[in-house]
Order: sequence, then structure tokens, then C-alpha cells
Amino acid sequence: MNSVILMAGSRILVALLLVFSVFMLLRGHNEPGGGFIGGLIGAVGFVIYAIACGTSSAREALRVPPETVAAAGLGVALLGGVWAAVDGDAFFTGQWLFLGATEDSKGLPLSSVLVFDVGVYLVVFGSILSLVFALEEEV
Amino acid sequence: MAAAHGTDWRLRAFAPAVLPVVIFVWAAGHLPAVAAGGTVRLAWDWVPSLGVSLSFLIDGLSLTFALLISGIGAVVMLYSGQYLSGHEHYGRFMGYLTAFMLAMLGLVLADNLIALFVFWELTTVTSYLLIGFGHADAKSRRSALQALLVTGTGGLALLAGFILIGSVAGSFELSEVLAQPGVLTDHPWYLAILILVLAGAFTKSAQFPLHFWLPNAMAAPTPVSAYLHSATMVKGGVYLLARMHPGLGGTEPWFWSLTVFGAFTAVFASVLALRQSDLKQVLAYTTLMALGTLTLFLASGVDVAITAAVTFLIVHSLYKACLFLAVGNIDHATGTREVSRLTGGLARAMPVTTVAAGLAALSMAGFPPFLGFIGKELKYKGILAVASEPYVVVAAVLAANALMFAAAAVVAFRPFWGRGTPELEPGATPHEAPWPMWIGPAALALLGVVFGLMPDLAAVLVDPAVVAILPAGTPYELKLWHGVNVPLLLSIATFVLGLGLYLASDRLRAGLAAIEARNPVHFDRGWDRVLDGVKAFAGWQTRLVQSGELRVYLRLTFATFLAALGGTMLARGIGVPAVALPQLLAKEWAVIVLIVAGTALVVLTRSRVAAIAGLGVVGIGVALVFIIYGAPDVAITQLLVETLVVVLVAVVLLRMPRLYSEGRVIHRPVDAVLAVAIGGATTAVLLLVLEVPLDRRLTTWFEETSWPEAFGRNIVNVILVDFRALDTFGEIAVVLIAALSAFVLIKGIRREGRE
Amino acid sequence: MEAVLAILIGLLVAASVYLMLAKSILRFLFGLILISNAANLLIFAAGRLTPGQPPLIPEGADAPFGTVANALPQALVLTAIVIGFGLFAFALVLAWRAYTELGTLDSDEMRLAEPREGGS
Repeated sequence: MNSVILMAGSRILVALLLVFSVFMLLRGHNEPGGGFIGGLIGAVGFVIYAIACGTSSAREALRVPPETVAAAGLGVALLGGVWAAVDGDAFFTGQWLFLGATEDSKGLPLSSVLVFDVGVYLVVFGSILSLVFALEEEV
Repeated sequence: MAAAHGTDWRLRAFAPAVLPVVIFVWAAGHLPAVAAGGTVRLAWDWVPSLGVSLSFLIDGLSLTFALLISGIGAVVMLYSGQYLSGHEHYGRFMGYLTAFMLAMLGLVLADNLIALFVFWELTTVTSYLLIGFGHADAKSRRSALQALLVTGTGGLALLAGFILIGSVAGSFELSEVLAQPGVLTDHPWYLAILILVLAGAFTKSAQFPLHFWLPNAMAAPTPVSAYLHSATMVKGGVYLLARMHPGLGGTEPWFWSLTVFGAFTAVFASVLALRQSDLKQVLAYTTLMALGTLTLFLASGVDVAITAAVTFLIVHSLYKACLFLAVGNIDHATGTREVSRLTGGLARAMPVTTVAAGLAALSMAGFPPFLGFIGKELKYKGILAVASEPYVVVAAVLAANALMFAAAAVVAFRPFWGRGTPELEPGATPHEAPWPMWIGPAALALLGVVFGLMPDLAAVLVDPAVVAILPAGTPYELKLWHGVNVPLLLSIATFVLGLGLYLASDRLRAGLAAIEARNPVHFDRGWDRVLDGVKAFAGWQTRLVQSGELRVYLRLTFATFLAALGGTMLARGIGVPAVALPQLLAKEWAVIVLIVAGTALVVLTRSRVAAIAGLGVVGIGVALVFIIYGAPDVAITQLLVETLVVVLVAVVLLRMPRLYSEGRVIHRPVDAVLAVAIGGATTAVLLLVLEVPLDRRLTTWFEETSWPEAFGRNIVNVILVDFRALDTFGEIAVVLIAALSAFVLIKGIRREGRE
Repeated sequence: MEAVLAILIGLLVAASVYLMLAKSILRFLFGLILISNAANLLIFAAGRLTPGQPPLIPEGADAPFGTVANALPQALVLTAIVIGFGLFAFALVLAWRAYTELGTLDSDEMRLAEPREGGS
């Protein structure tokens, strides 16, 4: 697809969509969003980029093969589960760290649940991209 | 053969016997405690949630069996070390044999029914491997498969029986089941349990009419025949009968089924034993006879009959293992096992084998002062005590014993002492077997004498076993000399009759062969016909169901689904609830119209692009439903997925041919009826579900704990990543697997020659 | 509305079953997409419909105010959508692969593993 407008626009669009996807991922615990939605948005961003500029440049932009991203995501998700086991709780029990917590503020909440959600994000993102890239290249 | 002639006393020769000897010594260490009336129980949890444990019970019965298994195991392993030395699969053979021994020990020691079943099947599997050891020979393979199928089918019946026992008695622990007298025999399921358990025991112990696998199993190497198919494995069924005797025995069905099957097998097999022309086959049929006799004696609950059974069990294991191994030596020395070719003259060449076989045969024939004599006297006494029709049963046992006498002479007298000379295979010279091959048989034969001369020694094994079978009984005293009485007179009659049968054995064999040739009933061939029938049925059924057409499979699946759903509703008399058309908002109408229109477009259009557009419309309509009814997360996901589906479909579909290459739409009224019926059923089910008040307990719990405990305000997300994180983990794993599989399908297989 | 949705789902299921029984593997795939939509709606409707109240807990509260939409079926449907997409993508690739290998989209002609008896 040789549309200059689309090519130029897609660069901005993919950046925006990626930022938005991370935003959706992070706010997911309290507002609509989360790993599934974030991963899908991120994947859609890259799919647009691949359609506009070709799969090879999309692969270049991603730097890591999407299959690796997906597999690593499963590992990250597992890590979120194992964290609890290390702490002595049942597998996949949520573990929370409140960084800089004070009397009236919880500070920055970091949790094994977030790690797990990041894993979900990466699996969804990587799986879809590996599929779409492969189809674009071979079909 | 030079090495085989020499006396190789090197330690290496003992190696195969080490494990069984260690087990034997361990088991023998329990003898004093068990003889004093004690039991030892060892237990480990296995599948505690199902009540399955690895528990073992050492009592009189299991200890006697364990000693026989490990003791004869030592003899057989030592023997095999020589018999198969240099064989290319020697290691495999010894591995199988060891595995079998351990499984068999597990079978007799297990106190848990499920564990017992597992060990039971393990003996079946190892027996299969050992019978089929000479796998290059089609006959071996057939025999192995036959044994596996017959005993394996029996094993399945046994499992069903065990499960029934477990649910009736409330425990799978044998000691707990048997400690409740009458719990099985008084239960309405008793007959079913009995039939299932007997099916297992009778197939394993080769009772008529499923006896045919045992003679065929003689295709195995001789040590295997000696060990599995005479001394131990086939006694597994007898063991089971003895073990279950306190729980299932003492009833009319038990008594009659064991008496009829046992007696018939005994007589039938002993007649056929004389028909055989191969020494191993003669022994195989006498083994059948012994198994029948043991079954017969376990029918009743009379002390002397049970004592007779246990004594005969030990006697038989000792002499039969010895005789099989001796036949192996004859085979080794002459290259043949044909009765007609072994008419004498081997005594000088193989002195030790001659003596060992002679002693074993005397025990088998029941001469004093051998243990076999005690066993035979007890049998007569037992029959006289039990039978309501003593003359018929006594005549049967007398005939069987006499035939056994003759068979013993055919196997262990004539080849060595007969007047003829052996017809050797070319190149064979009769010679004594190397020591590992005669020391075991000699030891077993000597034990028969020792036990006979010192019955108190045998009683150490026999008495606790009898008590285990008959907790309330008193073992009958083992004695060589009971004075002149009916059993003694019957013994003398046995000898006279047996001698006559032996002298006439050649003519009898010819006569029986002639009868057999005219006999239309042939179990072995019948079995083949059964198998052919099963195969033909499977073929017919496969052709019927597995047409190879996707649409047929789908139709069958959908039709089955519909039948199950509709059948349940009809059977329960559930009607579809009436629906009052509610007042809908405009946006709700809009969504419904959208989805209906999209669906109609997909079904009716002939254009790919229009169909894809229709799918998109439906997807967006569904997403709108989610938005209207408070599910933003789901709606966003749905919209994004919808986008990606369109991308994928656009990439792939547009490179495939048109929907209707021939340019016309085919109407399929049958499919349409099926489709509408399934759609209607789905609607009905959902309406029925909506009739029932919703159980919101789980939802309420999630709502209440989401923030206080999981620190999340988006309940859906908290469920996904915290409350049900393990599920989600499984789901993303599925997504990954689907993507990687598709990736491999796209990229992976590059066939050569594809343009 | 649940009752209307029930009828709508029945219609979707009927359409997808009819499509899945077609000769063309493409129509089968369309049916697959429709039937996953129908299944998702079914689960969603079985958990009852609550207009306009997403299952979110407002700031400062420990639990949602009043009745909000049932969160449990939403969580189930959300993952079902993603897995359904995975399944569809795989089936699509499978169909494409079969087409390039066998040169047909007619499922009746795809008989590599189970050839017609008598070999036609």
C-alpha cells in the first residue's frame, strides 16, 4: 500500500496507540482496561504500521520477534504467580508493595497482579503480531 | 558349547538371582511373626482423594505366595541367565522377568483393591511381553496378543467388580472390606460383584472355556513357562479367589460356580494332557488341571478342603517349575520336545536332570513320601468331606489324578529311562546342562521330598495361609501316614489306573487326536473368529460413522446435541416459557435490527466482501449490547478483536476463490431445518435459565472484596488478574499456543517441489 | 430485553449452524465467527442485563453503589472473545493451508487423511 499520507500518519498513530495501550494496561485495575485490551490496542497499532509501511519495517521497528514477545509474556505472567509462592502464599495470590506510602496516601502501588497483567499484555500483543506478520508475508 | 559344559562357578552367574534372593530372605524374615498369627501392614498414600493407597499386607496367604514368587523367581532367573546367555535381547528379557516378579509380588501383597488391580494388569502386560519375546515369530505374537486380550478383558471386569466392592463396603482397603462379614454377600449387588470378580480370576487362571490362551502361551521361552504360566502368574486368579474367600465365599453361587468350572477344567485338561505330543504342552495341560483343582477346592469353606488347596498349591508350584525347567534342559540337550522322539536313553547323559525330574514327577504322581502324596491324600479327604455327590466328584478327581500320574511318567520317566533311543536334532549330543540350569530344578525337587518327610515344615507355610482364607477354621494336620482309610485306597487305585494309562498313552494319544480331528468345537479357532467378528464390526461401524466428510461429522454432532437437549426437555416435561414482548428502547431496537441484518447478509450473500461486512456489522452490534448493558471492558475487547478479524480475513480470504465458483446458490432444506431446530433449542434453554432466579453470591463476594482485599476498582479486571488468575494464565497459554500453531502452519512446512 | 436477546441468540445460532454445514470451508469459518458471538452473548445474557451500570467501584467507596452489572460473566466473556479470536485465526490459517495444498475449498473434496474407499 503506497499511500504517503497513510505512511506518515501511521508513524504518529502507532506511537500514540502504543502509549495509549500502556495507559490502558496500567489503569486497568481501577478503570476499564487491562492487559487484554492494552495488548489488543498495541497490536492494532503495529498492524496499521505493517499495512502502511510493510511487514519488514514493522518487524524492524519492533526489534524483537513477536513470537519471542509472546513467549516472554507467558514467562512474565508465570513470574507474577510464582512471586506469591516465594512469599509463602498460595500460587497466584496477589502481592502488594506500596512504595512511599504515608499515613494518608498509599503511595505507588506495585503488585504481582500488575506483573501478571503485563504478562497478559505481552502474550496478546505478541501472539497477534506473530500471526498477522506471518500472514502478511506468506499469503 | 564348550563353555556350557564346563562348570562356570564365577560370581557373574549368580547376578540375576540376587534380587529375588534378597526378597526371599526379606519375606522369610516375616515367617516367625506370621506363623504366630500376626500380620504386617505397610501403607503409603497414593491418590488419597480417591481412597487409593499403596498399602501392603503380609499375612499367611500373601507370605506363602511371596515366598513362592521370590524363591522360584531366584531359581528361574539363575536358570535364564544361562539359558539365554548370549541372546541378543538378554537384557530385555531379564528386565521383563524382573518387572514381572515385582508386579506379581505387588499383586499378592497389595491390601488396596485398586493397587491390586494395577499390579494385576502389570502382570498381564509383562506376561504379554514375555510370551511375545520371540517377536519375530508370528505364532509368538498371536499367542501374546491372545493372552493379553483374554486376561486383560478379565482384568477390566475385575476392576468393575472392585469398584462395586469399594462402593458397597465403603473402602478399597481389603483388610477393611474383609473385616465386615456379610457386607458383600448380603448386598443386592452380590451376584454382579461375584460374576465380575470370577471373570477376572477365571481368565487369569485359565478356567474352561477361556483356557486356550495358556497352552498357546507356551510359545514363550521355557523359563517363562515355568515361572509365569505354571508357578506364579496363573495362580494369581487362584490367589484372588483365596483372598476374597472370606468376603465373597460361603454362598451357593460361589460354591457352585467354583465347583463346576474347577472340576470341569480339571478333568477336561487332564484328558487333553495325554493328547499332547510336545512335552511343554503336556505340562501346560497338567497346569490347567492343577488350576481347575485349586478352584474346585476353594469352592467350599471346609477346613480340610482349604488345607488341601494350599498344600496342593505349594506342591504344584515346586514340581511343575522343576519339570518345566527339566524339559528346558532336554530341549537344550536334544533339540526336540516331541514325545514320540524322546523314548529313552537320556538318563546316563544327564544324571542330575534325570534325578530332579524323577523326584518332581514322583511328587506330581503323588507317591509317598513326597509332599505330593500328602497333597493327594488331602484332596481325597477334602472331596469326601465336601461333595454332596461324592461318587461323581471322587470319580472325576480320581480320573484327573490318574491322568496326571500318566502325564508325569510321559514327561519325566520315558525320556530318561525308556527303552528307545532319542531321535536327536542334527548336531546335538545329549549332555548335562550347565550348573545354573540344574541346581534350581534339583533344589525344587528336593524341597518336595523334604516337605514330605517333615510335614511340620510345610505346615509353617500352609497353616497361616489356611487361617487367612478361613479366619474361623483350623488347618488340617499335615501327616504322611493316616492309617489305612478311604483316601489311601483311592491313592492305590490312582497308581494302578495311572500306570495303565501310561502304558496305553501312545494309543490314547492317537485316539484322542482322531476324536479331536472330528470335533467341530475348537476354542482356539473360535477365538480367532470372535476377533474377526470384532474387526468386521469395527470396520462396518467406522464406515458408517467416519465417512471422511466434514459435513457428515458436523451433522452428526449437531444432531446428537439436539437429541440430548430436546430429549432431556421432553423426558422432564419442560415446556418453553411464554415470553411477553417487552417495551424496548429505540437504541435496543436499533442494535437488534443491526445484528439481524448483519446475520442475514452473511447467510444470504454470494459475495465474500459482503459477507465480511455482514460479520463486521454483527460484531459491532454485539459490542453495542455490551456497551448498553454495562460492560465497557468487554465492549472494547470485542471492537478490537472485530478490527483484527477484518484484517485477517481481508488478508487471507481475498486470495481465495469465490464462494460459489459455479455461480449458483445451493439450497439445503435439511440443514436449514436442523439449524433452526438447534437455534430454537438454544433460545428455549436460555429462556429456561432466565426463569430461575440468579444466584449472585459469587458476584456479590467479588464486589465486596475487590477493593478491600485486592485493591482494584475494576471488578472485571480484578477477577481476571487476581481472583481467577490461574484461569487467565491457562487462557493466555491457549492464545499463545493457537498463535504459534498458526505461525508454524504458515511458515513452517515448506514442501519440496511446491511452486 | 433478556427474552428478546434469547430469540436473537437463537437466530444467530441457527444461522451459524447453517453456515457451518455448508460445503465451502469459507462459509464454515463465517459460521464459526457467528457462533462464538452467539456463545458470548448467551453467557452474558444468562448473567442478566443491567443497563448502564458497569461493575466499577467509585473512588472512596469499598463496594459499588446499588446494583451494577454482573462482573463474573463479563470476565468470562472477555477471555472468551480473545480465545475465540485465537481459534478463528488458527482455523483460518488451516483453511488457507488446506487450500494451497489441496487446491479446493470444498470440504467434501478434502480427503487426504481418509481417502474414499476404492480410491476414486
